[in-house]
Amino acid sequence: MRPVYAISGGVSKFAKARPDKTFQAIIKEAYDYAIADIGLDFPTFTRIVDGSVASYFSDHFTRQLMAGIMAQDYLGLCPKPGHRVEGGGATGGLCFQEAWKSVASGHMDVCVAYGFETMSHVETWKGNEFIALASDASFDYPVGGFYSGYYAMMVTRHMKEFGTTVEQMAHVSVKNYCNAFHNPYAQKSQRITIQDVRNAPMVAWPLTRLDICVMSDGAAAVILCSEEGLKKLEAAGAKIPRPLVKVTGIGRGTDAMRMADRPHFDYETFMRDYATEQEKSSDETRAYYKKLWEHGTRYPGVHSFRAGRAAGNMAWKHAGIRDPLHELDFIELHDAYTSSEIQTYEDLGLCRYGEGGPFAESGKAFMPNIDYGLKLKEKPVCAVNPSGGLIACGHPVGATGLMQAVFAVWQLQGTIKKHFRDDRLQVQNAKRGAIHSHAGTGTYVTVSVLERES
Amino acid sequence: MSKLPTQREETLGGYIVHGVPFPVGTDDEAMEFLKKMTPIQIEQEYKITYLHSYGQDSPWFAALTNKRLLASRDPQSGYTYANPRGHDMYSGAETKWVDITNVPAKVHAFTVCYFGSEEFLPETPFVLALIEFEGVNTLLLTRLMGVDPQAPSLDWIGMEVKPRFLRNSKLKPTDVYFTPAGE
Repeated sequence: MRPVYAISGGVSKFAKARPDKTFQAIIKEAYDYAIADIGLDFPTFTRIVDGSVASYFSDHFTRQLMAGIMAQDYLGLCPKPGHRVEGGGATGGLCFQEAWKSVASGHMDVCVAYGFETMSHVETWKGNEFIALASDASFDYPVGGFYSGYYAMMVTRHMKEFGTTVEQMAHVSVKNYCNAFHNPYAQKSQRITIQDVRNAPMVAWPLTRLDICVMSDGAAAVILCSEEGLKKLEAAGAKIPRPLVKVTGIGRGTDAMRMADRPHFDYETFMRDYATEQEKSSDETRAYYKKLWEHGTRYPGVHSFRAGRAAGNMAWKHAGIRDPLHELDFIELHDAYTSSEIQTYEDLGLCRYGEGGPFAESGKAFMPNIDYGLKLKEKPVCAVNPSGGLIACGHPVGATGLMQAVFAVWQLQGTIKKHFRDDRLQVQNAKRGAIHSHAGTGTYVTVSVLERES
Repeated sequence: MSKLPTQREETLGGYIVHGVPFPVGTDDEAMEFLKKMTPIQIEQEYKITYLHSYGQDSPWFAALTNKRLLASRDPQSGYTYANPRGHDMYSGAETKWVDITNVPAKVHAFTVCYFGSEEFLPETPFVLALIEFEGVNTLLLTRLMGVDPQAPSLDWIGMEVKPRFLRNSKLKPTDVYFTPAGE
């Protein structure tokens, strides 16, 4: 595999509804931004780009099959190669990695990954029904298909086993909303408190409306290239910032569609097949886990995402990361629910399984220069969702993982101020970040690592 | 040769619009003005009846109509799935059916849905639960009755429960639901 660089990106404004444009034209907003940001015009970029990967989740929302080719056509990319990827909430992350593969394999020198979702075409509860059809239509959906309900079941188990509290979950919401307050691309622009989260309407106990991301219309696009692609673009006049942003880690994992079917492994299996290198090498951590198992914990059950752990471990190994909390400057993490951000802290090895709740309220995942109105016990270490994440930015499914990639590129380029017109969300001296994309009840998960070259 | 129709028949169904505002002229200025137009949105109905087959899982539903709850078991390892599964995910071998109707069962996790997907909104609030069974390796998603949806408690986790069956089977997984064992 050869080196792959993420050189530019664009994000449309995420909104509850974008009836002003068709999905193709919303994608073009993001696509044009990415091209303009490297100083090229549309025809020049069209001449150089080798192909694309399209990302969107649900044909139901668009009531349109083969929407990908309609975007390809609208963007003037025909007859160049292109295809659509789909993997639920992880569609964007999968798309980014498919574009990476196209370049890393030598198949393309310049590849654009674009994605969208227009969820406003149906009412919210019909939209929830469409999403719930991404659960087993024979055994899960008919029982009361509702993703917020599925995640709420996971967190009641997490609370029972590990003592996680609703206030700890609310810390995630406060963090992400307060971050997004400075992000002009975010769908939500409001500062909230722990009490606001708990006083919001209860959706699926114990998750309130402010524990849950919203449905959105929006699009995002990222341009990836090889060293040869870089030369071609620059020969055509592209202005690509140095140092470059390189994709250095790719990881993916999967798990059973029905979360009820997931295994409940013993301590030995967990330590052998799933523990991080850091966990394996620590006597204290091995003893900690031994104690958890003695008290009945089994892995992954429904409290943890085995796919997330597999994706993280694979990406960290690829990127040479041993201690993600201290070796990453930020993570854009798929926080469809406050509870799933907490579960994912553990999967990614930012803390140990069972310690996600205390980690959430510790302050380690917060930004240093934002007023959250909270008394945090510890200083920021690794910002999680500096953009505001899905909870506040919105979750137009096919665009979400690519939105994370765009924000990561801007963080590593040090250009947040230019794009956000506010530098409070710029992670200072950001050298390495990760993006995490997550589908279903943890069925497909991708983790990609991006680094600023030294 | 008979004259072929050159005009489509006008009908009275669907949308009928007259006099939508539009510039009188089509000069450049008027054409540019069109870019300020608010979007036109129309309704599109999408209604389908699928013929869905339960395939090799059909005996599980047949059992529910007879007030029995089946599970799938790998004949060699004994690994048992509360949801039907034709083949074991570890050995790849075909599973056998086992009856777990009277196997001790407990609530593993739960929630109360106060909102839901459109199809289930009329049923809110309802309790979803994952049930664990003695000697069974995986869980079963079900509805839990006999608990107060307005007073959810983590204490429900670990509660012993028993299956109940609809008298009038609908051939759906909701033909079975659970209640506290003492009820």
